[in-house]
Amino acid sequence: MTALDFSTTLGNAWFPAPTFTASGCASSGRELSQFFDIKAMGGVVTKSVMLKARNGRATPRMAETPSGMLNSIGLQGPGIDAFLAKDVPYLVEQKARIIISIAGETVEEYSTLARKLRSVSGISAIEVNISCPNVENRGLVFACDTEASRRVIDGVRRTIGGELPIIAKLSPDVTDLVSIAKGVVDAGADGLALINTVLGMVINLDTMRPHLGGKTGGLSGPAIKPIAVRAVYQVHAEIPQVPILGMGGISNGRDALEMIAAGASGVSIGTASFGNPTAIMSIQNELKDLLIAKGFTSLRQAIGYAHRPESE
Amino acid sequence: MAGINKNAAQIRANVVSNKRVGQYHQLIINIGDLAQTCRPGNFAAISVGGENSRMVLRRAFAISRVSANSPSGGTMELIVAPHGQGSKWLCAQGEGAILDIVVPLGTAFGIPTEPVQVLLVGGGYGSAPLFGLAEVLNAKGCRVDMLLGASTASKIYAPMEGKRAVNSLRIYTEDGSMGQTGRVTEPIAGLIQDLNIAVIYSCGPMAMLSAIDEIARGTDVVHQCAVEESMACGIGICMTCVLPVADADGNISMLRSCIDGPVMDGSFVQWDKVGKAL
Repeated sequence: MTALDFSTTLGNAWFPAPTFTASGCASSGRELSQFFDIKAMGGVVTKSVMLKARNGRATPRMAETPSGMLNSIGLQGPGIDAFLAKDVPYLVEQKARIIISIAGETVEEYSTLARKLRSVSGISAIEVNISCPNVENRGLVFACDTEASRRVIDGVRRTIGGELPIIAKLSPDVTDLVSIAKGVVDAGADGLALINTVLGMVINLDTMRPHLGGKTGGLSGPAIKPIAVRAVYQVHAEIPQVPILGMGGISNGRDALEMIAAGASGVSIGTASFGNPTAIMSIQNELKDLLIAKGFTSLRQAIGYAHRPESE
Repeated sequence: MAGINKNAAQIRANVVSNKRVGQYHQLIINIGDLAQTCRPGNFAAISVGGENSRMVLRRAFAISRVSANSPSGGTMELIVAPHGQGSKWLCAQGEGAILDIVVPLGTAFGIPTEPVQVLLVGGGYGSAPLFGLAEVLNAKGCRVDMLLGASTASKIYAPMEGKRAVNSLRIYTEDGSMGQTGRVTEPIAGLIQDLNIAVIYSCGPMAMLSAIDEIARGTDVVHQCAVEESMACGIGICMTCVLPVADADGNISMLRSCIDGPVMDGSFVQWDKVGKAL
């Protein structure tokens, strides 16, 4: 078999494989470790953790849609202190590589969260989730506004310094994604996570009202894959030096390779794990085989390959 | 927490048989040695729609019974109502079809260590896992009485062979088409006293579970119920199937019905807050 360098980097963080969980789709990591060795994938991106414990939204929290699903969790979680005390040590013990995802209601909350992470050992990077759609006030989705996005990332950057890569997670529900991406990079983001779920709704025909407790939810799964590939492609075309963690409906190796060719340095898998607990492992193996079959000797060669000049 | 679903595995399993039973389908599926680790209350999560399905989520089904040594190896029985696209697809799978299954999942009904009087209450096809439970309780020397209810006769699931482990079985339908007319919850308060019931086991719609809990409250009866909330993953990673549950100190949090359930102590479930934001 041909030798393939499957490793990737996001900022100064190195990963042996380009495959990750998507934030909010792996709970604490323990649940998946019943089905495979979680250190065998590139890394675990944790659920977005907030400063305080949060119960999240009312049920129903999900609705299956054609080739996808809506979720409306509302960032349920234990709060940063319990999370650092209970969940992170488990992941460290399993030797998993960890990207901690944080979410806040204010610019200051993000900085406070970042401060709490500064001294935690065993973390590879921080994902700053500024795009969760399941919050009460859409005006608080920072990633819908260039200036608000910049302020959050700037606050985290000032707190973190240069030691940990900061990955900003953005929403596709904007008019000009590229300018928001450029803004957060200017403010100090080392990488981007594209895309968060797409805001959607299902009407329940029995009650003739919105089906979800939170009325709207985030659409994920294969239904949004072309949106995600487009988003990654557009951003990579403008700022190719910035690593992108690509996600949105990836369910097999071909999907992963599309995302990488569009410009992603790594891929996150979310909804596919709901339908198949070992999806990440299958995707990883299929991607490796595909890269070899196409004659690549490293993953890095394939990143952004769809952007090569006509002559190549 | 280290051993979440510690017996669970993802397997490709053969359908041994698929029979129509009233409005439901009885599927017998070969799950090999995993049958030995399945306990009453556990469930299975099954991929539906085949390879290129546009249904991306698994469907969860309570295991109604297992047989560790049937002629075709270890098997489990599922009782499936063909309601939605996924369950209709499953009910159309014949003998020899291969299914992608994750099993066994979730918590199981607690079995008393001493022979006590127990009451099993089932609503609709929620009765299915109670027959497997009755066999286990009966083998422990418990006296098992059962109440089944549904809106109408065709929605009652009560197989002949299932009644062997049961001391008495009473059926209630709201339209009076089978058994007594009325709701299955009506006789419970009287039975708790008359039969000196120690444990109620229930499975069925949430409104029924909540009504049983109200009756059990203020008595010494333990109420173990199998709850139902719509799930996306069944393995604890999606956080959609939550319901409000108190801990011993009275702190309420949203617990997952897939790994903290489906079997829960009814007295801790905050029934008035189900479906609401805390």
